[in-house]
Amino acid sequence: MIYEVSYIAIFFFVIFVGLVLGLSFYFARKTSTASSYYAAGGQIHWAVNGIAFAGDYLSAASFLGICGMIATVGFDGFLYSIGFLAGWIVALFLIAEPLKRLGKYTFTDALNSTFKSRAITLTAAISTLIVSIFYLIPQMVGAGDLVTPLLGFPHWVGVVLVGAVVIYIVASAGMTSTTYVQFIKGALLLLLSIILTIYILKNGFTLNPDQKGKTYHKFLTLSPQMADTNVVSVDGWKVVSQQQVKGKNFVKLEQTGIERWFHLVNKENTYSLKEALSISDGDSGTKLYNGQPKGNANFFQVGHLSKIIVDGKEVDKTGVVGPFQFLSTIRESEIVRFSEVKFTDGGKKVSLFIQNVTSGEDFMLPGLKYKIGKGASVWSRLDFISLMLALFLGTAALPHILIRYYTVKSQRDARKSTILAIAAIGAFYVLTLYMGLGAAINGVQDVESSNMAAPLLAKGFGVVLFSIISAVAFATILGTVAGLIIASSGAIAHDLMDNYFKIDLSDGKKVKAGKIAAFGVGIFAIGLGIAFKGMNVSFLVGWAFSIAASANLPAILFLLFWKRTTASGIAASIVVGITSSLLIILTSPTMWDRYGLDAASAIHKLDNPAIISFPLAVLTAYVVSLMTKKSGNVKVISS
Amino acid sequence: MLHEPAAEVGIENASKKKASLGVWFFFLYLIFYGGFVVIGVLNYELLATEVVAGLNLALVYGIGLIVFAVLLGMLYNFLCSKYEDDLNTKEVQE
Repeated sequence: MIYEVSYIAIFFFVIFVGLVLGLSFYFARKTSTASSYYAAGGQIHWAVNGIAFAGDYLSAASFLGICGMIATVGFDGFLYSIGFLAGWIVALFLIAEPLKRLGKYTFTDALNSTFKSRAITLTAAISTLIVSIFYLIPQMVGAGDLVTPLLGFPHWVGVVLVGAVVIYIVASAGMTSTTYVQFIKGALLLLLSIILTIYILKNGFTLNPDQKGKTYHKFLTLSPQMADTNVVSVDGWKVVSQQQVKGKNFVKLEQTGIERWFHLVNKENTYSLKEALSISDGDSGTKLYNGQPKGNANFFQVGHLSKIIVDGKEVDKTGVVGPFQFLSTIRESEIVRFSEVKFTDGGKKVSLFIQNVTSGEDFMLPGLKYKIGKGASVWSRLDFISLMLALFLGTAALPHILIRYYTVKSQRDARKSTILAIAAIGAFYVLTLYMGLGAAINGVQDVESSNMAAPLLAKGFGVVLFSIISAVAFATILGTVAGLIIASSGAIAHDLMDNYFKIDLSDGKKVKAGKIAAFGVGIFAIGLGIAFKGMNVSFLVGWAFSIAASANLPAILFLLFWKRTTASGIAASIVVGITSSLLIILTSPTMWDRYGLDAASAIHKLDNPAIISFPLAVLTAYVVSLMTKKSGNVKVISS
Repeated sequence: MLHEPAAEVGIENASKKKASLGVWFFFLYLIFYGGFVVIGVLNYELLATEVVAGLNLALVYGIGLIVFAVLLGMLYNFLCSKYEDDLNTKEVQE
């Protein structure tokens, strides 16, 4: 996408990111013990704590990814909202109380203290490392996407920027997610989502979603002269070439020396050419946007309604709409989405974004990404079940989500905080539906990345709102990346080098080893952030959840609920969970596409691995525990 | 990293009861959540049925899952607090 840099946006962005970072450093210096680190003892009001719970859980991925996915594939994006909240509840019901009794924060600590097994130390550390890395990918991709419209930099600059800042922070001072910082993030995210939703409802629907000072592009529809299925001529344009890709016909036309792509559509034997957006390779490594160099800024934000139906009548626009009317009107109307088609033209790569008219009915049902309706293959149905399973079980496999739950001294206050947190998180996830749909119909989407739907929607309503939302998301990403890099470097330096390999290092060298590990993981994360550009971050988080659910959850459930679990059973289950989920992901159609191969030729059709890897890991824990059983091995918490 | 818990667990006689309540609630939620997945896979057309205020079953069920999670979470917290009050106070009185 091509963006104009706004200095007002940059000003507010820098102020807000600086404020959040400054607060983080301020509190980091003030805190030294575990209790002050997380909850500042019992001095914090339960309401502040509750919103901080929500701030912990609502990552930038929730905000950027889900809204983006709803904007592009409708209800299928909302599946992530449903699943993420369900996951939080599962973690609360199954893991929170039993783990609290063990007196541990995270499942690796619980496993290590219960079994004191080297095999578990090794496998749990590797699992922490892999899950952290998979969690890092969406954060880095999100960071790259965020800076593009703000600062006008390419995606990779954003990724490197976040990586460099975080490596610096981790290597120099350390950054903590204290309650007040999480409270500010959580509260701002909620508040901004409410403001955005009010704007959306106030704005209503229009066929021409013009933005402040910018009219929405009017997409051309041309009538060609045909000979059989070939375009022969078009008034005012010169026909350059025509090609068929996966059953669709694309025509390249030229006018005033500029080449443009059109999608040839046949409706009831009448042919028409619908304007498409294109990004193609130009000469000497440059990219052409709609046939022109980037500097000409001839590229558009998209997403609009082609038909608005209110109470059975077609209208051009509506005024203010209510929350239910908003959803029901979209269901009755017709949305123009933009689907990507890739091919080569004369040896040069072309990405076309073609208009895909979708009925509101289909948009408000699952099936545009995870096809499960009539004619859906067994693979795609399995993929849907697999996704829902991973979201359901994934959070519980990341017990650090509940850390704050263990740190409030007064039980009663902890309960009040939790109730507020559940309500806040639930409300936020309902709002994602409005923000995503709002982005779908208000002409704000960037076809190159779905992740910016919500911030770009905010930009449509005002540049200050946009910069504050971007800053909150960016600061959240910085915090999450710092936490993940600390966790990964801890797994390498503390769990692997110190505990497993027993490398005897002095304290100073241990710290140095940790910093080198953090640097290495940081560089690796930067590389991955660049490699996964353009992918939806919620989809990527879904992968991290799948791996976590497969590698960690069987282990923790067996530890908590089955007396005869053995150390070998746990270690084997973690190994099988990681290996199987990783193998399925790395051979998935989505990865095939990343490798530059045809996704259709991938060796299987499953994008989400949990449906196979989770049961495999459960079975392994059970069978291996039976094979290696010892009496009185584990004190079961909840029998 | 910080490996020791900050909270003081104190007297805790309600753990077992809380854990089993959690398991029950988990299965209760699983049934409701699983219902959505099963309808989607086996009877997709049902999700398109209009239920209320022009909203289809997919939307009502989806938002319902979120609301149900919130309500169930609240009930869980309420019951856990009650167990703690009942069991831990009894211990002190004895």
